[in-house]
Amino acid sequence: MSVVTYRQALHDTLRAEMLRDENVFLIGEEIGVFEGSYKITAGLLAEFGERRVRDTPIAEEGFTGAAIGAAMLGLRPVVEIMTINFTLLALDQIVNHASKIYGMFGGQAKVPLVIRTPGGGGQQLGATHSQNIELYYAFVPGMKVVAPSTPADAKALLLAAIRDDDPVLFLENLALYNTKGEVPDDDTPAEIGKAAVTREGHDLTLIGYSRMAYVASHVAQELSESDGLDIEVIDLRSLRPLDRETIINSVKKTHAAVVLEDDWLTYGIGAEIAATISDGAFDYLDAPVRRVAMAEVPMPYSKALESAALPSNDDVRNAIYQTLDAIGRRHHKMGQGHD
Amino acid sequence: MPRLSDTMEEGAIATWHKHPGDRVEIGDVLVEIETDKATMDYEAYEAGTLSQILVDEGATVTIGTPIALLDNGEDTTPAPTTVHETTPSPTPVASAAAPPEEDISVPVPEIVAPAPTFTRSTAPLVDEGDRRFASPLVRKLAREHDLDLSKVLGSGPGGRIIRTDLNDLLSPGASAPTTGVAPRPVVYTGEVVDQKRASEPVQLSKARRVIARRLGESAREIPHYYVTAVADAEVLVQMRADLNEQLAAGEPKISINDLIIRASALALLEHPTVNASYLGDESPTMLIHHRVNIGIAVASKNGLVVPVIVDADQKTVAQLGAEAKQLALQAGTKGLTIDQMSGGTFTISNLGMYGVEEFTAIINPPEGAILAVGATKREPTVVGEVVVPRYRMRFTLSSDHRIIDGALAAEFLRTLTRLIENPWRIVA
Repeated sequence: MSVVTYRQALHDTLRAEMLRDENVFLIGEEIGVFEGSYKITAGLLAEFGERRVRDTPIAEEGFTGAAIGAAMLGLRPVVEIMTINFTLLALDQIVNHASKIYGMFGGQAKVPLVIRTPGGGGQQLGATHSQNIELYYAFVPGMKVVAPSTPADAKALLLAAIRDDDPVLFLENLALYNTKGEVPDDDTPAEIGKAAVTREGHDLTLIGYSRMAYVASHVAQELSESDGLDIEVIDLRSLRPLDRETIINSVKKTHAAVVLEDDWLTYGIGAEIAATISDGAFDYLDAPVRRVAMAEVPMPYSKALESAALPSNDDVRNAIYQTLDAIGRRHHKMGQGHD
Repeated sequence: MPRLSDTMEEGAIATWHKHPGDRVEIGDVLVEIETDKATMDYEAYEAGTLSQILVDEGATVTIGTPIALLDNGEDTTPAPTTVHETTPSPTPVASAAAPPEEDISVPVPEIVAPAPTFTRSTAPLVDEGDRRFASPLVRKLAREHDLDLSKVLGSGPGGRIIRTDLNDLLSPGASAPTTGVAPRPVVYTGEVVDQKRASEPVQLSKARRVIARRLGESAREIPHYYVTAVADAEVLVQMRADLNEQLAAGEPKISINDLIIRASALALLEHPTVNASYLGDESPTMLIHHRVNIGIAVASKNGLVVPVIVDADQKTVAQLGAEAKQLALQAGTKGLTIDQMSGGTFTISNLGMYGVEEFTAIINPPEGAILAVGATKREPTVVGEVVVPRYRMRFTLSSDHRIIDGALAAEFLRTLTRLIENPWRIVA
């Protein structure tokens, strides 16, 4: 067990998998000579050479398609797309090819492909570079979408993604790269499709993934100290497959839920979670499921406006307080904290 | 009138913090409400403009009664009936406006009534025909326990019946099937004032009336029985003196009662079925509480109050002492919050400081038992073949016989006696 950053956990896992299996190779923009826009691939070109760390032109559709072909023929490509915003340029390759080939051609070829890509706003990168559109891929049967929020899960889910025989979109997050946490030494992959109850509680279920799972744990801990609240936190970890059972069992216990997402509210992941709860735990709900999401605007560039558009810890606290009010639970104070 | 405590049936408006026309934000204190237990700030959970106050300061109303109207600031009509008048009329206004053609093949939809302008309001929707809003959880519980929701007042948003509104129906001694229309305690009037006894009517405080009602219910409904034990407290008294000698200047002294709280908590851990609640004759289950939250009976100027020390088994004697002192001090100034007085699993009443040798106490529902502690005094005690003066302490456990049998009460007291006679176990 060692304490490392999310960034380091990704780097170390990529390197370990390349050492373990020579079919694993990396492909993407600026990942070799420049060592990656976020330095996840630092040192790997020098260590493994150009055959296994391939720099590409700025042509997402082209190199994603090349990786799909390589995967069909038995290699295990790990594609880096600089941010999830640029996956839109490869949307046809991902949605119409990677996710469909196994089913459309009667299982003749598998596509063991990983697309690593960070989402997330908050870095003043403007409307077209700050999106959270993992939903587009979670929508597609044939895809798997995982979203670690801790260094330990970054390792365990990347191991699982590389070793999985289906195409996996591996969602990273700009705001999480420098977060630290304990990472186990052994290389046991996570089970894709299993959520984690990262904090047990009885008052309310708080659900998030990626950065919002981090926010959820943080707010739950604060409310435990300030208000004595006993909140259960679920880190989804996988958006497709979605671990509906863990969500439903938790809400059956707590009778109330707040869902957090960094994307837009309308038609978002939170809506799917809320529908899941309605399907599986309707008779156990004592209050409507509340969602916290970003403002329904293209992300502003101005720092002040960007902060206002993103869901804040205060937004999360207020949603929790309002839900507890609706079930007649007293609490000490309305959200007055500052982030 | 919101329900601010489990036992609250009515509340009085103490002070309005907002006045008609004032802008209200989420979290603003709207009003101070005096409940049976405390005066509490009530905060807005919707934003808007306070358009009308329906209950003046000083007046008392039952829970669920609208006390004010809050609108979204767009509708400036202050009439209190606005909420109901905006409900769309079921009469299809469209019939007059519909095209007059006779041979129209597509039937004119009936629902062309003018779009209703909904007024956001915190006032309960008393009913909408026969439909009463209840959370899915409440409807499930109502099916399972065969509850009649028509008599339950909802305290959730829009008057929704929520789980907490069923507490009385699902808790022990749920004799009255309603939470909203509880019988008022009998108030004697001047007719019983007579010259022969020179009587004078004295108004009972709200708190006193609640104490009277709840203790009456407890004594009538719970089959109490009493088991008394006596412990040699010689070592305990010496240990306490030693402990207090070690304290730094200004550190609060440890009392016998602090040691008894901790000893009781440890004994409850050993006998968890004493830390339990009976749920009523209809319930196939009882509750065993896995947290040990000990109520301390405190005589305050407002009458008996029972602040609760949560997780007493996990606190040191010094922590328990400090918390008990703080709570007693707060009780004396009516400062205890509902939270501080709820969630107890066991109560201790100590009259030792008055020199009382032993007494029996009435169980504080929904708890299963209460410990009445007498004074620690020196008395002639047979030790071997001689009579010597020793400190001794008597304590009596009142138990709910429906869940705690005599043998269990005796075992609990044997554990407690062992702890008191070997007091290092209490602090170790």
